[in-house]
Amino acid sequence: MEKKIALELRGISKHFGMIRANRDISLSLYEGEILALLGENGSGKTTLMNMISGIYYPDAGDIFVHGERAVISSPREAFGYGIGMIHQHFKLVDTFTAAENIILGTAEKYDMRRVNARVGEIAARYGFEIDPKKRVHEMSVSEKQTVEIIKIIFRGADILILDEPTAVLTPQEIEKLFAILRNMKADGKSIIIITHKLNEVMEISDRVSILRKGAYIGTVNTAETDEKQLTEMMVGQKIDLEINRVQIEKKSPLLEIRDLSIRADDGSLAIDGVSFYIRGGELLGVAGITGCGQKELCEAIAGLRPIESGAIIHKGESIVGLPPREIIEKGVSMSFIPEDRLGMGLAPSFSITDNMMLKTYSEGSTPFVDRRSARSRAEALIKRLDIVTPSTETPVRRLSGGNVQKVLVGREIESGPNVIVTAYPVRGLDINSSYLIYDILNEQKKRGVGILFVGEDLDVMLALCDKIMVLCHGRVMGIVHASKVTKDELGLMMTGAVDLTREQKDKHFGIASDSALSPDEWADVGRRPGADRGEADSD
Amino acid sequence: MLGGINIVNILTDAIAMGTVFLFGCVGETLTEKAGNLNLGIPGIMCCGALGGGLGVWICSAGATDAAASPGWVFVTVSVLLAMVFAAAAGLIYAFLTVTLNTNQNIAGLALTTFGVGVLRFFSKKINNDIVFHGASRYFKNLFGYSGSGAFGRIFLSHGILVYLGIIIAVCASFFLRKTRTGLALRAVGENPATADAVGINVSAFKYAFVLIGSAVAGLGGLYYVMDKSNGTTFSEAAIDTFGWMAVALVIATMWKPVLSIFGSILFGGLYVLSAYLPLSFNQLKLFGMVPYLITVLVLIVIRLLNRRDNQPPASLGLSYFREDR
Repeated sequence: MEKKIALELRGISKHFGMIRANRDISLSLYEGEILALLGENGSGKTTLMNMISGIYYPDAGDIFVHGERAVISSPREAFGYGIGMIHQHFKLVDTFTAAENIILGTAEKYDMRRVNARVGEIAARYGFEIDPKKRVHEMSVSEKQTVEIIKIIFRGADILILDEPTAVLTPQEIEKLFAILRNMKADGKSIIIITHKLNEVMEISDRVSILRKGAYIGTVNTAETDEKQLTEMMVGQKIDLEINRVQIEKKSPLLEIRDLSIRADDGSLAIDGVSFYIRGGELLGVAGITGCGQKELCEAIAGLRPIESGAIIHKGESIVGLPPREIIEKGVSMSFIPEDRLGMGLAPSFSITDNMMLKTYSEGSTPFVDRRSARSRAEALIKRLDIVTPSTETPVRRLSGGNVQKVLVGREIESGPNVIVTAYPVRGLDINSSYLIYDILNEQKKRGVGILFVGEDLDVMLALCDKIMVLCHGRVMGIVHASKVTKDELGLMMTGAVDLTREQKDKHFGIASDSALSPDEWADVGRRPGADRGEADSD
Repeated sequence: MLGGINIVNILTDAIAMGTVFLFGCVGETLTEKAGNLNLGIPGIMCCGALGGGLGVWICSAGATDAAASPGWVFVTVSVLLAMVFAAAAGLIYAFLTVTLNTNQNIAGLALTTFGVGVLRFFSKKINNDIVFHGASRYFKNLFGYSGSGAFGRIFLSHGILVYLGIIIAVCASFFLRKTRTGLALRAVGENPATADAVGINVSAFKYAFVLIGSAVAGLGGLYYVMDKSNGTTFSEAAIDTFGWMAVALVIATMWKPVLSIFGSILFGGLYVLSAYLPLSFNQLKLFGMVPYLITVLVLIVIRLLNRRDNQPPASLGLSYFREDR
């Protein structure tokens, strides 16, 4: 049986001001297939999909749905053609229940019992797990995604577009999602999935279409290609997929954490009796399922969150209770890339120059801001990290996600820290940009900087980190040398199935033999959780 | 002291006074549910008063005894004109904030200044030359109650607009909680990008509910002139004050129209209570702060409780532009 085309694009172009986001793109999607759309950040994947789902309107080109020319100028019209998109940033109303979100904007009667029944029907058909009465703000990321997908199916969509659906999921959740996608494919639905992760492309897709810098490069059958070829098509040149682990001589501990406990916003213990240390020139990875205390740990080190008990010692001095500015001045830098990428650290409507000044505005000797030096620093950053932006004065929110991240990480490193705490620095970044970030971190490592790297991709962490600390529900499951551990072992520790601290009771986890403080001094800080600043300074 | 205070009088007065706030509050709640903080409510109520006054003037055809038309014509025409005038003022705000994406606070404050000024321009003429007094009786005492029973005086002795206000509040509450359009409206106020993505016309909703909300609020102005002030001398400054009370009441009632029925009676009670208490001038002024104090307390309490259903619409005050990121 010949395959029918579900969706066809012919010569689609879209400009944003001076930026040509898409130019002359033509591609097609068959019925009952999964097409992966691959491309670097800013290659125009999301823009293209937004035109299919009616968020943007193309400047030129035609869209055909099931052979008929389609004019899609709003999301409602897209639904009319059976097209639904699951956006990277979930489009859900937090205060509504799952069911309310699902019927929003449909002609469905506001009769919750009927809606719940229909949602249950869809869930059973494709293998979703969902509680229709649960409110969105009480849901995990994966549950929210489930609501999004059901929302689209509820509207009768047979062409589904998923924009980086796996970026925020755990490996287990990704498996579940892929199983659902395969069920939908078997049901005759056509799916476009945008992703950066090549292994996922290989696993889930039937064909792969590649975009580069807004232009269409080509489409290949997944079965007839490999990761190397896809990478080459994506970046236009051969690149080395190896991540280097720079080996350097061990220095004394820079940051020592002992028996640290931190409470989460809801009052529960997010970090529970954690001890570890980072030496100069050491890259310590933190692995764990999302929400196991990584965020709270980062915030506590940066002085943004009060601690419950324990000690944070930087170069032999307690930094507990210090205001964030003093902690920055001591050389501790924190960059946290949240799920929405813009939430922390950068002011979205500020330009790169202004964002550069956010951390240094107080250093000037006059009350006036020094724009000139900030601008030259911004220019240097743009050049060094290859940031795609019309100018140094473009608001950061106008840049693509990857470029925003480069600005954030670049600024943190530019201030010359001696300890870098970075969480998800490559979240959502393409390969080229990711490697640029790894290179930057390795470079800092050579300079003797201690790095705490909270990551998602275990393969990357195994290749990049010196040691990996695994957290599960705020407790340390073990601190292992990256070269002596496997991905499976890490996975078991992440879920709490293996707890090295319990298995090897004689070993003192996370305590350096050459600590900056003597045992007496440790006993002293230990006795005064949250020791106030005056005393800490006199130590 | 308490012996000298007549609870029935106070309650009756509280309901009568509170109705001014009730219209403003329900109107503003509907607007805020669309994510638009309309600080033009005082000006819009002034425009409503002006439109209503025009209606009375048209019906009485310049006659002073107001016998030119039957009572229901007076009421209908002035209610419609009050709503049209108020909605027209709301249209200015909607155009500025929805179409031109200007800052909602600035647009609202400008509208208040504008509306109050317009009414000030006409009010001298109205107060001097046009006599509403005769027509005022059509707006008062709907059931013709003349007894002295406590229940009757508190609940049955009011004018038609008082009952209309309560009906509108109950309908608004039902609309917001139980209808599909209400769900869509709340989605627009919470997260317009989401509403847009599921095919809800965000701009249309914002326009519609700025206009509807303004029209409802405008009735507060009409009610104040024709019922509360008996169609005699009134001042735009008073309506200005009441408008702000109405905006405060939206917060105090946590964006729930049914609660605003009781909230308006409470605010109205606090407002009229000073007349029953033997207070000095300074004490009187201090007493006038109580409604605002309650609003601040409610804000503190809902913040501390941190219940998601009591919070303001999440995108309140933000403009929405689809292609913005």
